[in-house]
Amino acid sequence: MMASSYSAKDEDGHITVTGPGGAALRSKKPENTAFKQQRLPAWQPILTAGTVLPAFFIIGLIFIPIGIGLFVTSNNIREFEIDYTGVDESSPCFNCSQNFSWNSTQPCTCSIPFSLEQSYENNVFMYYGLSNFYQNHRRYVKSRDDSQLNGHLGSLKQPSKECEPYAKHENKPIAPCGAIANSMFNDTLELFYNDPNGTKVLIPLRATGIAWWTDKHVKFGNPGDGLNLTAEFQGTTKPVNWRKPVYELDSDPLNNGFINEDFIVWMRTAALPTFRKLYRIISRKDNMVPTLLRGNYTLEVVYNYPVRSFEGRKRMILSTISWMGGKNPFLGIAYITVGSVCFFLGVVLLIIHHKYGNRNNSADISN
Amino acid sequence: MFRKRFPPEEERRVRANDREYNEKFQYASNCIMTSKYNVITFLPVNLFEQFQEVANTYFLFLLILQLIPQISSLSWFTTIVPLALVLIITAVKDATDDYFRHKSDNQVNNRQSQVLIRGSLQHEKWMNVRVGDIIKLENNQFVAADLLLLSSTEPHGLCYIETAELDGETNMKVRQSVSVTSELGDPNNLFSFDGEVVCEPPNNKLDRFCGTLYWRDKKYTLTNQNMLLRGCVLRNTEACYGLVIFAGPDTKLMQNSGRTKFKRTSIDRLMNTLVLWIFGFLVCMGVILAVGDAVWEREVGSLFQSYLPWDPPVNNFLFNAFLSFWSYVIILNTVVPISLYVSVEVIRLGHSYFINWDQQMFCSQCNTAAEARTTTLNEELGQVEYIFSDKTGTLTQNIMSFNKCSINGQTYGEVTDPLGPQAKRLDFTPFNPLADLDFCFYDDTLLESVKVGDSHTHKFFRLLSLCHTVMSEEKSEGELVYKAQSPDEGALVTAARNFGFVFRSRTPGTITTTEMGRPVTYTLLAILDFNNIRKRMSVIVRSPEGRIRLYCKGADTVLLERLHPCNQELMNITSDHLNEYAADGLRTLALAYRDLSEDEWEAWSESHRCADKASDCREDRVAAAYEQIEQDMMLLGATAIEDKLQEGVPETIAVLSLANIKIWVLTGDKQETAVNIGYSCKMLTDDMTEVFIINGHTVQSVRQELRRARERMIELSRTRDGGKESGMEGWGEAYFSGNGLRGGQEGDGTESGGGGGGGGKPPQCPPPPPPPPPPPPPPPSPPSNLMDNVSGEFALIVNGHSLAHALEADMETEFVSTACACKAVICCRVTPLQKAQVVELIKTHKKAVTLAIGDGANDVSMIKSAHIGVGISGQEGIQAVLSSDYSFSQFRFLQRLLLVHGRWSYLRMCRFLCYFFYKNFAFTMVHFWFGFFCGFSAQTVYDQYFITLYNIVYTSLPVLAMGIFDQDVPDHRSLEYPKLYEPGQLNLLFNKKEFFICITQGIYTSVVLFFVPYAVLSDATQSNGVPLADYQTFAVTTATALVIVVSVQIALDTGFWTVINHVFVWGSVGCYFSIMLALHSQSLFRIFPNQFHFVGSAQSTLLQPVVWLTIALATAICIVPVLAFRFLKLDLKPQLSDTVRYTQLVRQKKRKPAGRSVGSAWRGVGMVAEGRLGARGGSRRSGYAFAHQEGFGELITSGKNMRLSSQALANFASRHSSSWIDTLRRKKHNHTHTPPSASGECSPAPSCVSGSLPPLSNSSSVLGGSQETPIEEETVPACDVQPVPAVSTKTHPAAAAGPESAAPPGPAQASSSSVLGSSAVRCHGGDSPGGWTLSLGSVQEALFGWKGFAGRSGASNSQGLPPVAKETSHIE
Repeated sequence: MMASSYSAKDEDGHITVTGPGGAALRSKKPENTAFKQQRLPAWQPILTAGTVLPAFFIIGLIFIPIGIGLFVTSNNIREFEIDYTGVDESSPCFNCSQNFSWNSTQPCTCSIPFSLEQSYENNVFMYYGLSNFYQNHRRYVKSRDDSQLNGHLGSLKQPSKECEPYAKHENKPIAPCGAIANSMFNDTLELFYNDPNGTKVLIPLRATGIAWWTDKHVKFGNPGDGLNLTAEFQGTTKPVNWRKPVYELDSDPLNNGFINEDFIVWMRTAALPTFRKLYRIISRKDNMVPTLLRGNYTLEVVYNYPVRSFEGRKRMILSTISWMGGKNPFLGIAYITVGSVCFFLGVVLLIIHHKYGNRNNSADISN
Repeated sequence: MFRKRFPPEEERRVRANDREYNEKFQYASNCIMTSKYNVITFLPVNLFEQFQEVANTYFLFLLILQLIPQISSLSWFTTIVPLALVLIITAVKDATDDYFRHKSDNQVNNRQSQVLIRGSLQHEKWMNVRVGDIIKLENNQFVAADLLLLSSTEPHGLCYIETAELDGETNMKVRQSVSVTSELGDPNNLFSFDGEVVCEPPNNKLDRFCGTLYWRDKKYTLTNQNMLLRGCVLRNTEACYGLVIFAGPDTKLMQNSGRTKFKRTSIDRLMNTLVLWIFGFLVCMGVILAVGDAVWEREVGSLFQSYLPWDPPVNNFLFNAFLSFWSYVIILNTVVPISLYVSVEVIRLGHSYFINWDQQMFCSQCNTAAEARTTTLNEELGQVEYIFSDKTGTLTQNIMSFNKCSINGQTYGEVTDPLGPQAKRLDFTPFNPLADLDFCFYDDTLLESVKVGDSHTHKFFRLLSLCHTVMSEEKSEGELVYKAQSPDEGALVTAARNFGFVFRSRTPGTITTTEMGRPVTYTLLAILDFNNIRKRMSVIVRSPEGRIRLYCKGADTVLLERLHPCNQELMNITSDHLNEYAADGLRTLALAYRDLSEDEWEAWSESHRCADKASDCREDRVAAAYEQIEQDMMLLGATAIEDKLQEGVPETIAVLSLANIKIWVLTGDKQETAVNIGYSCKMLTDDMTEVFIINGHTVQSVRQELRRARERMIELSRTRDGGKESGMEGWGEAYFSGNGLRGGQEGDGTESGGGGGGGGKPPQCPPPPPPPPPPPPPPPSPPSNLMDNVSGEFALIVNGHSLAHALEADMETEFVSTACACKAVICCRVTPLQKAQVVELIKTHKKAVTLAIGDGANDVSMIKSAHIGVGISGQEGIQAVLSSDYSFSQFRFLQRLLLVHGRWSYLRMCRFLCYFFYKNFAFTMVHFWFGFFCGFSAQTVYDQYFITLYNIVYTSLPVLAMGIFDQDVPDHRSLEYPKLYEPGQLNLLFNKKEFFICITQGIYTSVVLFFVPYAVLSDATQSNGVPLADYQTFAVTTATALVIVVSVQIALDTGFWTVINHVFVWGSVGCYFSIMLALHSQSLFRIFPNQFHFVGSAQSTLLQPVVWLTIALATAICIVPVLAFRFLKLDLKPQLSDTVRYTQLVRQKKRKPAGRSVGSAWRGVGMVAEGRLGARGGSRRSGYAFAHQEGFGELITSGKNMRLSSQALANFASRHSSSWIDTLRRKKHNHTHTPPSASGECSPAPSCVSGSLPPLSNSSSVLGGSQETPIEEETVPACDVQPVPAVSTKTHPAAAAGPESAAPPGPAQASSSSVLGSSAVRCHGGDSPGGWTLSLGSVQEALFGWKGFAGRSGASNSQGLPPVAKETSHIE
């Protein structure tokens, strides 16, 4: 950077000759304010043994109980997971996974038996889990049109460029557009309780209340008044991979179209390539009977969703819930570890401080 | 910049009053334009300039990248918002600057001048003045362009100008027109003037002009003597006419104001290097991730295409990886945030304002506050290692005061009783109505002696009133103003005036005085003028009674040789007195007279006239004639003049050298004067091991002298080391266990005393060239590394002509190694250019930060070439200030500038940078880790708004507040413990190592911030069963954790929590939450559904206890190790600043009144110590006091300047210094002779001058006394400690005025020594008694650093200080 050091102001510098009667001369003395003199009152913390060591102990003492609490809570949660991808030949779904074709009209079903060792109290949550599925890929994440999903008619007919290459199909706008919607999980899972007396009891699954409230009520919305969805979606086409159009996702008008909760759940992309999404809720019927009894069950899968091409995995998870959510052993262990480390550090530092420390408590600088 | 360039002018032809002719040449008009833009060009030009900055261009490039959809990993606004902000801030600043430039340009361009057009004077604006015009100037007007003086209203075509704006000198200069044109007189004649000037093309040489005037077929040579340059002011001249030769940008003023390069600080350079490294790092990460992307796309992505096909132009994984590289460059670019440079500028600006606002750097006498003229150098003030100081006007006030005198063997002026009440200032008014009220003298015996009519005393003062070249002016009766060309003379004549011998007026042939109330007029027969060889001046006068007498005053060395033999006895006594005066640092003169008979006078007068008329060797002959008459004189006595130091100079120098800053004095003054000042400001002391004088005239002799000095140093330090070997051990230990500044102490061999305990020192001085021929003494030629281990205090005095040789390329290293081994270096007779060369020498050889301080135009070169230039806004004009980076009016403010402001600035800047890099790495590297989990797709972890706002909103203000307001120790503490300055010099707080620590911490944090949420959230669900592992929850959790972690970190880093810090830190966190909630709110989403994807995320996420537990966990994992590490560092290896800070805290808690009695005790002891002062002898350093120009005598006797005396003298500046250019020229003429100088006397073992600095605090005078005190004495520690309050009492005057100051010394000594003893014992523990004694001694050395070992004094420093500290704290 260059600058001219000359300025005409400088040339003017001395033209004002201060006369002897300089009383009128303004004093250039800087103001005596605490701010300007850098004397603002200030708190000046110092890391002394008196403050740091107790801090370590306190952190330790807070973290360890929390950790224990979390650990215990987490351990009390029941969770069951079953992989139904059908990779092994022994797996019931092996055939379905092998013979998959996007065009087949005949759904392939498979049933997987499993048993629960313990009964599940309270509400039980049923998840599907996918692995090696990159819902967090940049091109995937951006491939949606929130305006369309919100029900804007313009966007419905003219999907955003972000949806490419799933914006239009055969010159008709796709609704819902984009790669996320296109790849929506469409297996159907059903759960049967194999009663010891031999009957199979279908367990009722609730499909609502599985999405975020804001998603369902704010972010997603059907075009128009949402009464006649078929008419509203006139002129659009279904996503390429879908078997039926968006307005036929559910019979319930409050769970159909863009506000179908399965759809909303899918559209909330996962952060990691291995993820689970809430599929159904098994509500507790009454306080006396556990929601899921201990015993044998069958999972009936309508196998529509191919994952083997990219070595993905599909799982079904059943889990109960506590105040802190599902099973999460890591948090408890991490808290206990960090708490113990802090405590331990506190002890070590205390020893070091006593042995080698600069225990200078006088007001002098004595060495 | 956009001015058309013509082929360079070869010569300039100007014809007067002929515009058409002159227009042919298309000379520049007189309109100046310093502004860069106008309304239309501002935007393009300013943007163009801004994008010349690499950083800005880089971000522009990023912006373009982001517009490519396949690459864009971030929305365009994440880059454009910060970039626009940065550009706007800079543009606003540029626009404001330019606006003021426009304003001042306009003002100057529109000044009125009178131009002679068609025979009549017309008013024209400056900008319309053309080359070749004749313009009329009136008194006190600025010269509009470079003019050839044609005629003036003064006789002989003389006119007087003041060149303060041009070269900074306030004395007036005479310009004379060519004799033919001087007769032109009035406008009509001038109109017919059609001379043509042929001269050199425009250049920037202020002192040179060569041209020829062709008029009426005759040639006249033109020189600089005929020129009036733009920027000068016409003084004492009614009016004059000039021909415009150079106008506007061609004027010498403008040519001289060339574009100067901005100075950059070392931190700046380091920062640029680091930024480059970060770019490299960024590219590496990009490559790693791109490779990862290639692998992923091949292994997974290609199979995943059924769900996620590649973007159309992409058809293979390699192309995909290539795009991914750029995408990652975009999202990782925040490791080099745009806001870094702007923030640094803001912080520096803040620091500059603090300097400007500092009341303690405000001089109320001159109503000048300190000014940071450059805002880019502040932190370098905290790293200064070398200070180059001018002497006159910087160290000294250039005010001389008549302090003592010896008349006929009787000395006057001694203040007899130092313990008694402040001696009363004599009141002269009742005795002498003409007395000067400002004159101070305390010894009433002299006044008595005058009153009783002692003839010697009368002769003495008569001499002073007659023998000088002072001009007087009497505006009204009794109101006399003396205009002396040297302040020494002024002081002497004023002294005579007050003692009843008042010089009233003079004509070329007479001097009128009032002697004891009786007017007397002497006939002035001759002035035997001063010059450098003669070192004396005489006048020959005829008294009204007709007696002819020669009065002579001069340097004692010269004068005492020329006395009549009968003076022997008086001479001995006077000589003793002279020694005493010299020991007190006073400038002495001897006075003598000689009665001449009429015949003698006639004879001499004849011979003189003869000599004067001689055409060859006139000067020699005149000198011989003078010599002839100045013989057999009768000694009258001697005067002692005090060259008043600026306030607080010795203390400042003491503090600065304790801070390990080396101070070199570079002065144009003579060796004697310089050495004298060196002693009086305590740079040189009698305790110094040896003072070397390099005075050689040839290359060989200089080389020889330098080598001898080095050999001697090594030899001496070897004997010293031998004697102190055992003691050294104790030293080293005391020091190392001390304040942890180990590295600091080892840094510089020069000061770190003997090699004993200090351990190996990295050689810093470049080794002297190898081939010294075998010297006579036994020790063989010194190996180079020995020079770094030299112990003992040496001083080097180099004369200008020797310096010229020493600065030659082959001797440079030798000179540097010698000079750097010395504690004090004084270069005298230095030309401005040499000053700059010396600075450059140190800059290149020592890689140290240099600071040059000066006040005159002759210091400009060194101010410009040093890393930091400081201008003293004193009396010598503003040139130095204009070219300086900082300016203030007192040398003593330097300690505050460096030790307080500089130190703080450095500290703040370092902390700022550390934190800044940390927070950006912590922020950005999360993307890197996420890359491994998102298919290397350059998906960001955070919301794009968070990325946009993180650097400019969420984290900028707390770190700015820290960068502007942080203080580790309060200002007065950093002055008390100058050692606190050392980390800056050694660059300990921010260097490559620290940078790596910061980014490592940042990367660690990013790991924690990514993997903790990863581990927790991957399986976690909300309490309603909805999984938490969705992208948006993850983003919000990580971002929140990040903001909290970096806020906790800044809270840890902030050492000084003012209200502003609180507001900013809490405010930023609050801001983060409120902005996030707003951005995730429904209302914004409803308006722009496509822009706010995160609707509802904040609410939903932040309500989850698991999220908060995750954040707390991440914070703990990030902060706990830092906390533990910092605590350990503080506990085991505290820095001095930590210790000071800690003691401060402890002291605040318990303020007990223990310190007071101790404090008063020192004062008592101090008094005693001072009493001893008189007993000490001193070597004589008689400076010839009135040094300056010769030729004034001639001017007086010729009467040429007498017209001036009427009104003009009122304005005649009393400055002695003529233009340095003149000095240079004169030097060239006089090159053959150098002062035979008193070097013989002062070189071997100069004993000290101390104490008699005037009314400084009494303790400072003790300083001298205490140095001699043998350390075995039990009382010593007490009085040794004493000087420290001198430093602190400056700020706490209450201390000196304490009622206990008269406390009996006995018990006080005991108590204070016991205090010290106990502290020493505490720190030395089981050391041998020897070590203990030494540590006491070392206290003394450490305190003022006059003895050797100053470099080591870190430890001893703190040993010595505690009691003092106690006291000062108490005083507060």
